[in-house]
Amino acid sequence: MDLYAESILDHAHHPLCKGPMKHPTVSHEETNASCGDSLELRLLIKGKRINDIRWEGEGCAISQAAMSMFAGHLKGMTTEEAAHLPPRSVFDLLKVSIGPRRTKCALLCLHALKNALRKLNGEPAQSWTETIGN
Amino acid sequence: MPLDTAAIRRQFPIFREEHPPIYLDSAAMGQKPANVIDAMDTYYRLAASNVHRGMYALADEATNRYEASRETVRAFIAAKHRDEIVFTKGATESINLVAKTWGKANLKKGDGVVLSILEHHSNIVPWLQLKEEIGISLRWIDMEEDGSLRMADIDAALKDGKAKLVSVTGLSNVLGTLPPLSDIIERAHRAHALTLIDASQLIAHRPIDVTELNCDFLAFSGHKLFGPTGIGVLYARSPLLSKIPPFLGGGGMVQRVTREEFLPADPPAKFEAGTPPIAEAIGLKAAIEWFTQYPWKDIEAHEHALLAHAIEKLKAIPSLRILGPASADEVAGCVSFTIEGVHPHDLTDILGRQGICLRAGHHCAQPLHERLDIGASTRLSVSLYNTPEEIDRCAEEIRRAIAKLKK
Repeated sequence: MDLYAESILDHAHHPLCKGPMKHPTVSHEETNASCGDSLELRLLIKGKRINDIRWEGEGCAISQAAMSMFAGHLKGMTTEEAAHLPPRSVFDLLKVSIGPRRTKCALLCLHALKNALRKLNGEPAQSWTETIGN
Repeated sequence: MPLDTAAIRRQFPIFREEHPPIYLDSAAMGQKPANVIDAMDTYYRLAASNVHRGMYALADEATNRYEASRETVRAFIAAKHRDEIVFTKGATESINLVAKTWGKANLKKGDGVVLSILEHHSNIVPWLQLKEEIGISLRWIDMEEDGSLRMADIDAALKDGKAKLVSVTGLSNVLGTLPPLSDIIERAHRAHALTLIDASQLIAHRPIDVTELNCDFLAFSGHKLFGPTGIGVLYARSPLLSKIPPFLGGGGMVQRVTREEFLPADPPAKFEAGTPPIAEAIGLKAAIEWFTQYPWKDIEAHEHALLAHAIEKLKAIPSLRILGPASADEVAGCVSFTIEGVHPHDLTDILGRQGICLRAGHHCAQPLHERLDIGASTRLSVSLYNTPEEIDRCAEEIRRAIAKLKK
C-alpha cells in the first residue's frame, strides 16, 4: 500500500493527543538527528497504567502520524506492557510497509516511549539499536 | 560550444539503462563514466600489485600508474610540485589530517580557527575536536540573508592576531554560494593566518588554480568528481608538509625504523601510511581525464542554464521558498528549498518512488540550518549530464507531491 495512504496523511494533518499536559508524571523528548524530526512525550501514570498521554513534535508525515496513532494505542496500557512493545506494534498501526530509510521516522514514537519509561524508572536511556532490534 | 548532453550521457552506464533515474544529487555523489570503471577494472584484472614495494614489472606498473594519478591531480589544480599532493580517503580525511597533524603541532590554548557558517560538518567537527582537546576557539563568519559571507566578520576574527587558520568552503553544499576565496585568503595571510579551502563541491563546478589562489591547504574527494569513493586529495603548499608531523603510522611512511624510533619519509609518502587506494587513484585519474575533455566555459554555461531553469521552475511553485540568493548568477552546483507544510523527507520519498533523486535533510550542515532557522531542506544539484527536461519533470512531480501531502 502507498506509504502516504489517506489514513497516514489524516493523522499527520489532524494528530490525536497532541498538546500540552499540566502535570505529567514523566516527559521525554527524542529527536531524529538525521532529518530533524522531534517528539516530546508526556505521560500521566496512575496505578502503573498510562492514564493519559500528550505529545508535541515536528517532522515528517510518517513520524507525526505514527505518534498520533501510537498515542491512542497506549492509553490505558500498563507501563509494564508498554515497556515491552516491539517495533511491530507501530508498523501494525501504520498498516503500510516501512522501508529501511523510514524506519527511524516510524519508530521515533516507540523510542520516545521506551526512554520516557526508562526515565521514570531511573534507568539510563536505551539506544536506537535496542529500540529497532527489540 | 554547448555541451552535447546526449553524447555525455551515453558514456555513463547508469544513463544507458532503460529507465535511468533523474539524478539530481551530484552534490553528494557524481555518477561514473565507463572509462573510470574500466580503468579500475583493468588494474584489478591485469595489474594488481602493491606500490613502492616489489622488484618486478607488475609492481613497477602499479607504482607508475599510482604516481601518474598524482601528476594528473597536480596539473588539474595547478599545484607547482607533485609532492604537494597527498592521497587520502576523502576530503573528510584530508581536513582531519590537517587538524590532527598541523593543528596539534601548531595550535595552543586560546588560538583561533576561523570557519564560515556555510561549512559542512567535515570542516567543523575536526576543529571542535581540537577545541575539546587543546582549548582552541572557533570564530564564525556569519552570512547575509542572501548567503554571502560577512567580510567584516573575517576581519574581526583576525584582528587580535590569535587566529592561526581560516578554513572555509569554496562552494556551499546547501546554498550553492561561492565565497570570495582570493579575498579571504589575502585577508588571512595579512593577519599571518594559514588558509584551508574545502573544495569538495567547488572541484566539479569551477576551475581551481591553487598557485594563483595562494591557499595553504585544499581538500577534495574523488567521488564528487565522477571518480570512485575511498579517495581524496589534500594539497598543501610546499614546504608546509615537510614541517608537519606524520599522520597515521605504518608501512610506506617511514625511511627507517628501529626498536627505539622511526624516521618519517619525505612528503607525500609521509602521509600515506599503509597500502594506499591504488585502484581508486587510477580511477580518479581516469575521471579527471574524462572531465577535462570538456572546456570549463561550456560546463559552467550548461550548469548555469540548468540552475536558472530550476530556479525559475521552483519559484513558480506556491509555498516553496528558495534558500540563498535564488539567482543562477550567484550560485553553482545546487539550489536548496523548503516548502511550507511539507517535510523534505516526505517530498523526496515520494519523488524517489518516481525515480527522481533529490537529497533531503540538513546535508551535514546543521549550523547553517540552525542559522536559517529550519530543521531540514531539499537540495537539487546539477551536473554536466543533466538536462532541462529532467528539471521540468522534477518540478512537475514536486507539484504533485505537494498536492498529495497537503490535501
